[in-house]
Amino acid sequence: MLTLTLKEAPSVPLEAEVLSPDTMAPLTIDGIRALPVLLGKRQRRLDDFFDVDGEPGEDVEVRGDVHRVKWIGRGMTRGVLRIRGSAGMHLGSAMAGGTIEVWGDAGDWLGAEMSGGTIRVHGDAGGQVGAAYRGGPSGMRDGLIVVDGSAGLEVGMRMKRGTIVIGGPVRDFAGLQMKGGTIVLRRGAELRTGAWMNRGTILSLEPLDLLPTFAYAAAYNPTFLRLYARRLAALGCPLPFEEAEGSYRRYTGDAAVPGRGEILVWEPRAETGPRARA
Amino acid sequence: MLRITGGTVYDPANGVDGVVQDVCIAGGRIVGGRDLDAGARTIDAAGMIVMPGGVDVHTHVAGGALNFARGLVPENQRAARKFLHGLDRRAGLGGMTPTTFATGYLYAGMGWTTVNEAAVPILSARHTHEELHDIPIVDKTSLVLMANNEFVLDLLEAGEVERARHVVAWLVWAAKAYGVKAVNPGGVEAWKWGKNANTLHAPIEGYRTVTPAMIIANLAAIADDLQLPHPMHLHCNNLGVPGNFETTIETMNVLQGHRAHLAHLQFHAYGGEDWSSMRSEAPRVAEAFKANRNLTADAGAVLFGDAVTITADGPWQHLLYQLTGRKWGNLDVENETGCGIVPYVYKDRNLVNAVQWAVGLELLLLIDDPWRIFLTTDHPNGGCFWRYPEIIHMLMNAEFRREQVRRLPEKAQQRMVLADLDREYTLSEIAVITAAGPARSLGLTRKGQLGIGADADVTIYPVKPDHGFLFSYPRYVIKGGAIVVEEGDVREVVDGRELIVRPAYDVAIEDYIRPLFEKFYTMSFANYPVEIERLRNPEVVTPQP
Repeated sequence: MLTLTLKEAPSVPLEAEVLSPDTMAPLTIDGIRALPVLLGKRQRRLDDFFDVDGEPGEDVEVRGDVHRVKWIGRGMTRGVLRIRGSAGMHLGSAMAGGTIEVWGDAGDWLGAEMSGGTIRVHGDAGGQVGAAYRGGPSGMRDGLIVVDGSAGLEVGMRMKRGTIVIGGPVRDFAGLQMKGGTIVLRRGAELRTGAWMNRGTILSLEPLDLLPTFAYAAAYNPTFLRLYARRLAALGCPLPFEEAEGSYRRYTGDAAVPGRGEILVWEPRAETGPRARA
Repeated sequence: MLRITGGTVYDPANGVDGVVQDVCIAGGRIVGGRDLDAGARTIDAAGMIVMPGGVDVHTHVAGGALNFARGLVPENQRAARKFLHGLDRRAGLGGMTPTTFATGYLYAGMGWTTVNEAAVPILSARHTHEELHDIPIVDKTSLVLMANNEFVLDLLEAGEVERARHVVAWLVWAAKAYGVKAVNPGGVEAWKWGKNANTLHAPIEGYRTVTPAMIIANLAAIADDLQLPHPMHLHCNNLGVPGNFETTIETMNVLQGHRAHLAHLQFHAYGGEDWSSMRSEAPRVAEAFKANRNLTADAGAVLFGDAVTITADGPWQHLLYQLTGRKWGNLDVENETGCGIVPYVYKDRNLVNAVQWAVGLELLLLIDDPWRIFLTTDHPNGGCFWRYPEIIHMLMNAEFRREQVRRLPEKAQQRMVLADLDREYTLSEIAVITAAGPARSLGLTRKGQLGIGADADVTIYPVKPDHGFLFSYPRYVIKGGAIVVEEGDVREVVDGRELIVRPAYDVAIEDYIRPLFEKFYTMSFANYPVEIERLRNPEVVTPQP
């Protein structure tokens, strides 16, 4: 395992897309130390900021508060990247494979435009998780992002495939212009969830304030959720699906597009009483 | 001073077709060999092709609309080629809508030394000139939008053609332009009422008698009367619409022998009743065009891949937006014109796009007089200008063309005649459609040729390129006598000039325009005309009536 320990938090954002198993695995330890990073507009060496130790390979651990370090794991295709601390913006942007795990928070644009791989954040995430960059036609195209804590605006904006699970509360415009894929909101979301969505599924375990352009269709227990639940349970994110426990209210929209997306809102069985909104 | 020796020279304007001879340069001009000192630098061009620098007769490289487009497609900018700043080079981006400095480097890097910005509203002329100044190396001309200008249309309605002529001349000079552009005559004015002008002989919305035909005939006559070096530059009505070839042919009749340049003819040569029955009518358009000796045209060819459509043709752009469902930008330019922007991808599996691709090449091949049809993609509408070498390759190689046709959907192949065309362009003909012809059409007598006294704009291509198509990477590009590109790299950055025309008009016309302007425009009249001091390297052409 290769370890990179932050010496001192940079005073301005450090752009370090070289922090990726793809870039580092083929290099010697001296080669890794000499990799270029940008501090503001100035090019510097990686070892100006990090102590680099261990065996170069596809298993990389970053230690320290790297919340000002941007573009970690950009475009990575393989290996494991562990971050013991909080990561900066654009973590795992455009990644195609491999695993990123963060014991801390992540900034905005987590896994933006990614096409494969897994990202797990044990803390909170910023906005635009798995989103498209400004102007881009589609966000996340495949893969899995799991955030245990909260997330900001525009989660899954224009996403096309893949799954995003957010454990904590989510802000406005989750699934904005969504084109496909699945977003699981375990603690619900604020306003305008699914605005302009075309296709895809947003699933909420808490009641949502929906836009008037979403129409109620039915209450049911979709069969596909058993598969989803099995996979997510393994990640410590159980999903209810048994009829004995309740059912999902299905809303279709956004009729303003007009779109054929669905929002599924969990409703526990009446005898247990409706759950209070957190 | 410079002597280019041993190269095979193609200078069709002077009847030189593949002759090994020297080209000598002094003081930024082509000179005779005896006028050169013995110590002049020599470029050994043995085994290379020497041609006049390219002239782009129709492109969109500066101004409000293009800038709007740049902002509308950040995803293209992110993917675009980057230009890093150097000692004498500025940073920039290539891509679909290159930034100003990059535009100059890209044109020069391809061997083009003069460009014509084909659509400038008077209201954004000042901005356009600022951007043109920031496009280095190449010389520039610009055309000002006139066919939906309410001052002009109101005068035509009132039958005051003589006064309209003075207004047009005043507006050309106010914009510090080189000539007159007409886009969808009457249609953009109608668009302000949510309408379009689909037929040439019906009055347009908001007017009793003014028809597109009336605007076309009068503007063409005015441009001729004013002796403008370039005739009226016309974007015909019904651009892009299936069945529009009839409008295009009728437009040729309406012109009644007046000179005109038909822009991006490819977009105006379609048959069929709707998108599913659309087909090429290039043969009939080419036939009619050939019979009208008063006309020149540029191809506006389409290449498969990304593009950004930018035009003053607001109603068409709204339709295109509805077809694509992606993004749409719309600008209303007060009493002068409109503008629409829609990013677009031409796909070879798409029937309509495949027909469009074929029509551009068919027109270039069927119109057998290269002096009348020129190479363009209507950049960035049909494709980017830096992809011209791909089109040249197809024009010179019939078998390669057929190979491309065979990859298209069966249904599309039946809607085109491209596979039946055997013509292959010669190097001399390529020099005509890329340089000599457009220069002649623009009335740029010192461009597009290598005769004594011509501007020393010369491009030298290797006959067997290391990579890419012939014409992709010139070995040397010389602009005004300076070697600006060497071995595919920009070596020296010189400033280009701006060529502008001062047509004759009665200065009293300003007394007619001013009160109208103050009544209907949002800006002050004093700020309307572009001051000549704004232009940093102007060269004024004064037509002699």
